[in-house]
Amino acid sequence: MSRTGKSHKRLDGFQRLLLLLVICMVMLLGYIIWSTPGSKPVLTDAVAQMQEYSGVESPVTAVLLNFRGYDTLLEVMVLLLAVIGTWSLTEAFFPVQGSEISPVQMGAVRLLAPVMCLVAAYLVWQGSHLAGGAFQGGAILGAAGVLVLVTELPGLRTIPVLSLRIGLVLGPLLFTGTALFCLFITGDLLGYPKGAGGWMILLVETGCAVSIGLTLALLFAGGRPDKESIWKNNP
Amino acid sequence: MTVFQFSSPAWMVCPVILPLIAGLLCFLFSHRTFAIALAAALTNLLVVCLLTGQLLVFGPMRCHMGGWQPPLGITLRTDGPALLMLLMTAVTGLAITLYARGYFSYRISDPRRAGRHQRQQRYFWPLWMLLLAGLNGLFLSNDVFNVYVTLELIGISAASLAALSGKPASLLASFRYLLVSLLGSLTYLFGIVFLYRSNGVLDLGLLQNLAANGLGIRTALVLMSVGLLLKTALFPLHFWLPPAHANALAPVSAILSALVVKGSFYMLFRFWFEIFPSTITQPTLNFMGTLGAVAVLWGAVQAIRQHRLKLMVAYSTVSQLGYLFIAFPLARVDGGIPVWSIVIFIALAHACAKSAMFMAAGTVFLHLGHDRIKDLSGVRASLPITVFAYGIAGVSLMGLPPSGGFVGKWLLLTASLGSSQWWWALVVITGSLLASIYVFRVMSRLFVIPEGFSLKKSEPHFRLLEWPALALALISLFLGLAASWPLHILVHGTTTLAQVFVGGLP
Amino acid sequence: MITTLIYSLTGLILFGMGFFTLIIHSHPLRKILAVNVMSTGVFLILVATAYIPLGEGEIDPVPHAMVLTGIVVSVSVTALALILACRIQETSNSSLPGRKQQGEVPEESIG
Repeated sequence: MSRTGKSHKRLDGFQRLLLLLVICMVMLLGYIIWSTPGSKPVLTDAVAQMQEYSGVESPVTAVLLNFRGYDTLLEVMVLLLAVIGTWSLTEAFFPVQGSEISPVQMGAVRLLAPVMCLVAAYLVWQGSHLAGGAFQGGAILGAAGVLVLVTELPGLRTIPVLSLRIGLVLGPLLFTGTALFCLFITGDLLGYPKGAGGWMILLVETGCAVSIGLTLALLFAGGRPDKESIWKNNP
Repeated sequence: MTVFQFSSPAWMVCPVILPLIAGLLCFLFSHRTFAIALAAALTNLLVVCLLTGQLLVFGPMRCHMGGWQPPLGITLRTDGPALLMLLMTAVTGLAITLYARGYFSYRISDPRRAGRHQRQQRYFWPLWMLLLAGLNGLFLSNDVFNVYVTLELIGISAASLAALSGKPASLLASFRYLLVSLLGSLTYLFGIVFLYRSNGVLDLGLLQNLAANGLGIRTALVLMSVGLLLKTALFPLHFWLPPAHANALAPVSAILSALVVKGSFYMLFRFWFEIFPSTITQPTLNFMGTLGAVAVLWGAVQAIRQHRLKLMVAYSTVSQLGYLFIAFPLARVDGGIPVWSIVIFIALAHACAKSAMFMAAGTVFLHLGHDRIKDLSGVRASLPITVFAYGIAGVSLMGLPPSGGFVGKWLLLTASLGSSQWWWALVVITGSLLASIYVFRVMSRLFVIPEGFSLKKSEPHFRLLEWPALALALISLFLGLAASWPLHILVHGTTTLAQVFVGGLP
Repeated sequence: MITTLIYSLTGLILFGMGFFTLIIHSHPLRKILAVNVMSTGVFLILVATAYIPLGEGEIDPVPHAMVLTGIVVSVSVTALALILACRIQETSNSSLPGRKQQGEVPEESIG
């Protein structure tokens, strides 16, 4: 049932023309997709060949962190950029804690948040031989962070801002540092030394998972933390 | 260690990694930001000069990330055009860094709003450093998907920078810019999908050799071009540019107009003329040229009609970008000059002149408190260097000798008259006349001193505000005199395929 | 082959729907959601490209990596766009465009 008379009007002339154009474009692209069959397996063979030298068993992680690790390095910076942009715009907003946290919420956070951290750690570890890795683990960590933020735990007041900054920068710095280290050792950026690929990738992934989780939680918080505490009073 | 030899290709990673680390450090330590940023800008310039020397001695080089050869890994590559764009970014970037320092220290010295400007400054530096890293990564990249990631890096940091001033107008403009930028990247990614479906590789070098005339390749090229055109603000996709560039802080406007739009244009030109030259037909080139011509005339007319200085300069950017596209149907005209030369000269001259002009406009705005064109009287007496810089930048925009803008337009004119496509020459000349109208309109106001005018004492903060603008304007002026240097770098470092196609269409 | 085609066409239809909504509607939240739907469409087509039927060989991991990167980028931009939209509403006293004209066709605006 619609409120205040908001009814679905018919589309006017321009919108009908646009709809027609979009349908034509979709049909054209659909025909092109249908007539260009799948890709030649150039890259699949190359990855399968070089897999054993990459230090991890999962081909996706090998591509993401080893063969095309440079892309991932830039992509981690993109996440950090989102946080910097958010912090430059506004302050984080939380209502003043008036009522107590309900026992259901408290119980849920107590149970779920630590389990989520464990699951995230396991996902990061699993990334070396099955589906998993830094981004998946980071997403779970971010969800744990969102849960804590939504519950408005009183402990959030006491987090110093510097530790937040360090946590955010930890992953990218670790990644860049590893890349430069490899540059000095082997002469190629992100060219892991023989045999050390596995644990170096794991180290980088752990750092990135922490940073990504913190990034996602802070993006949910929606602004920079206040200087004294992470809370800002209701204006 | 072999890494530090002069001939090592590993130096190529420095223009990307150094600003990245600088950006991270600037975010971590909010107190030493200018020192870190200045160090990064200076080392960036030094490394780019080293890369130029490397290019002139050893020729174009490739650097494989992680040691993995294509098609498996990502490659970086230096050649003539890439290095010239890197030089442009490094020099303009250094000047903008200095200018931004002066701008923010002047603003912070005003006690009424010091807190807000301090916060702006704190976030300006990490965003600018990461944008610089993204730009360098774009110019150096030789992989289609890597270009996508760098385009995103550039887009997000540019949109955040545009929103930095906090005014409602700039927030709206930045929101629109962010959505348009995302739409452009998404269309580009869609093009990559078709490219991957038909070829199965992502490396530009391999794509160059494999280029076929299939339907998939054509679709991919159309989609990628549309995405890049959205980011380069060619008419009629330019609607987001004037509000975003005009409402931003002065150093941000300089960055956006001079550098950010050039990045996507560079990729577009590279796709059309180096990677897929056999897919491009002459009617398509003419179509781009027509859009460029409309952009030149329409942008100039709109610039003449503006009442605010920064909006005028932003519309002037729309107009000048049109010249870059008029070069499309003329780039392959046989004249013994490389394919890239017209575009490089226009781009270099425009970058220096436009950033100088935005810097000058920003200084005037700081001094007067507003930027209404009809109330700009008397600035000549209090800011002589700024007005001088503005004038010289205007010379390059108008295309008067011996500026770099003149060389670019001269190349356009000779190419169009030489291949009997005289209508482009007509557009170029008309565009220059219109540009002179809007440049002189402001110049005459700046020179008028009204009755009863009292000289405001120029504060010492102004030194950092005025000299970088003048330096950039002089560079754009003397680019024409020193035109043989960029040409030398171009000829020395162009890939062989482009040289083959100078002699006409295949 | 048929599976790939179905997924690809679904992704394409999502792309088209998102594009249409982006141009037509003027409310910022609608636009952000439309762009998200478009991204999902493109990712779906990419994933469909990587499809290998069971038992026919190794998977093609490069599109997977591309989609992962794309999702991360999409999340970052969505977050920034949402906060920008909130900030726009905070600083301007009027409501967001698209809410005023109830019952009228909203004006065309991406420009």
